[in-house]
Amino acid sequence: MTLKVVTANRLGDGDVVYLTAEGAWSPWLEEARASDDEAQQATLLTIAERAVTARLVVEPYLMPVTEEAGARRALSQREKIRARGPTVRRDLGKQAEPGRQEEFRRDV
Amino acid sequence: MYRYDEFDRTLVAERVQQFRGQVARRLSGELSEVEFKPLRLMNGLYLQLHAYMLRVAIPYGTLSAVQLRMLAHIARRYDKGYGHFTTRQNVQFNWPKLADVPDILEELATVEMHAIQTSGNCIRNVTADQYAGAAADEIEDPRIYSEIIRQWSTLHPEFSFLPRKFKIAVTGAANDRAAVRLHDIGLQMRRNLKGEAGFEVIVGGGQGRTPVIGKTIRSFLPKRHLLSYLEAILRVYNQLGRRDNLYKARIKILVNETGAQEFARLVEAEWAEIKHGALALPGEELARIEAYFAPPLYEPLDAVAPQFEARKREDPDFARWVQTNLAAHRQPGYAIVNVSLKPVGGVPGDASAEEMEALAGFAERYSFGEIRVTHEQNLVLPHVRLSDVPALWAALKAAGLATANIGLLSDIIACPGLDYCNLANARAIPVAQRISTRFGDLKRQHDIGGLKIKISGCINACGHHHVGEIGILGVDKKGEEFYQITLGGSADENAALGKIIGPAFSYDAVVDAVETIVETYLDVRQTGEGFNDSLARVGLTPFKEKLYAAH
Repeated sequence: MTLKVVTANRLGDGDVVYLTAEGAWSPWLEEARASDDEAQQATLLTIAERAVTARLVVEPYLMPVTEEAGARRALSQREKIRARGPTVRRDLGKQAEPGRQEEFRRDV
Repeated sequence: MYRYDEFDRTLVAERVQQFRGQVARRLSGELSEVEFKPLRLMNGLYLQLHAYMLRVAIPYGTLSAVQLRMLAHIARRYDKGYGHFTTRQNVQFNWPKLADVPDILEELATVEMHAIQTSGNCIRNVTADQYAGAAADEIEDPRIYSEIIRQWSTLHPEFSFLPRKFKIAVTGAANDRAAVRLHDIGLQMRRNLKGEAGFEVIVGGGQGRTPVIGKTIRSFLPKRHLLSYLEAILRVYNQLGRRDNLYKARIKILVNETGAQEFARLVEAEWAEIKHGALALPGEELARIEAYFAPPLYEPLDAVAPQFEARKREDPDFARWVQTNLAAHRQPGYAIVNVSLKPVGGVPGDASAEEMEALAGFAERYSFGEIRVTHEQNLVLPHVRLSDVPALWAALKAAGLATANIGLLSDIIACPGLDYCNLANARAIPVAQRISTRFGDLKRQHDIGGLKIKISGCINACGHHHVGEIGILGVDKKGEEFYQITLGGSADENAALGKIIGPAFSYDAVVDAVETIVETYLDVRQTGEGFNDSLARVGLTPFKEKLYAAH
């Protein structure tokens, strides 16, 4: 069983977002609802498809993550970069948000 | 420069209004994403990793100072203060909001710009030699014919849904700076035995997962037949090109499968039907378009400018910059000045709003208000008086835009790669930055001499890795970035595809590998020998031995 979350891009600005346990969309991976149960993952994707119809997000998909010592991280390099912003411009994207610089310094 | 006529103006204005309505209907829910996506792509709007990306057309790479200022304004007002100049001579904004895009397009339209033909399976924005109209080695200005092709191809109803995208490049010079042998159609201006100017027509070139050098199907095409002949090629392709397989849909596959000779025969047969029809170019129409590209009002000057020569003798930094960044101008007393967008450790092709505004100012003061974009992701001030060059250099230096590295190792082409692009498998920009930093000493680079490094973050090859003397292709190996190196490619009149040197290198090892290749070249080269010449003489083996010795 692979631990997965649902991610998508927000319709209005294309920002990377994650589906939370409350059915909302968060820009932060750690706030996503993660599940290693395939039936549960399918349910999460169904909820996400409703958000597509509701014009909140586009192109949702399941994406594998790991959890080590309480820290959740994306597995692939692509998803690590989506979660933080361009590695060549640390002043842009999520990594540039106040209070977040430290957390992303070690990544990638 | 070309100025919009009433048809252009109406077309672009209508397109902006249509897209405004389409965005409104998308946001209100009348249009689904499936319905909207092809509409936004027809207006250059992509969805990338972190945000939308708007690709703005710069037809044949020619910009006015007013247009460049507008790009700076868009960058600052609607984006994050910068733009990215691409290998297709276009500019991309990486962070626009969907609701803002109609306003951006409306602002662009005020300076005769748009995002038409920057996406989709149509004839894309035509590219050309960046030295057009200025180059000393030019037969005629290729922008005249690029603009004619632009007018013919824009929203061409028969060619709006081709099997795949279609790219045309034009050069008026024997030294090919437009990579015409690597386009779906390349047009190389030639003279026939009577001394008349026309075109060598090359088809089926391209990069991507199946790189192919284009084949000449006609050695001389009279200018008046340009459009009818292009139409004939497009008709054959539109009819016979494969639509069943995305990876086999480009014209290069058709030409390979049909054979160049048979393809040429099919084109000639189609052409015979239409060559005397409505597409024949009358002399007065050619003259009308040519008038838009009339040379600027040059001053009569001596070929040698004493203060320019004196400055070269006195200041080695200036002399080095002149050696790499200036090119010969057709007009005595003038020079073509290249502005590198590759500072040591910088992002290839990125320019901040401030840099764009500074350059717009320099263009107005020193270059008749003209700027060019190169497919190697630099900018050009095409018409500078030699006597003004020292002052321009000082101004560029103060703006951080005087890197003396055009054509050198750190003048690297890199696609956006995995830092921005939805298709990428690996990062390209930070590899370019690390190579550029490793060889940061410009004196060392000048000692190494001309060397073209090109990096793509996936097999689509936007970073032209197949035709780099050192080509680097990013691949994904079980979630990790690796880089496959090819040697011996070339995009110019001696077009060649690089050969894979061996197993790929990790992200951490790739810069060392490049340095090993460069050191090996310096060991084996004979006096005055370029990288590809040395490679042709000694073969891949010495490079392989050095690279994989420890393995």
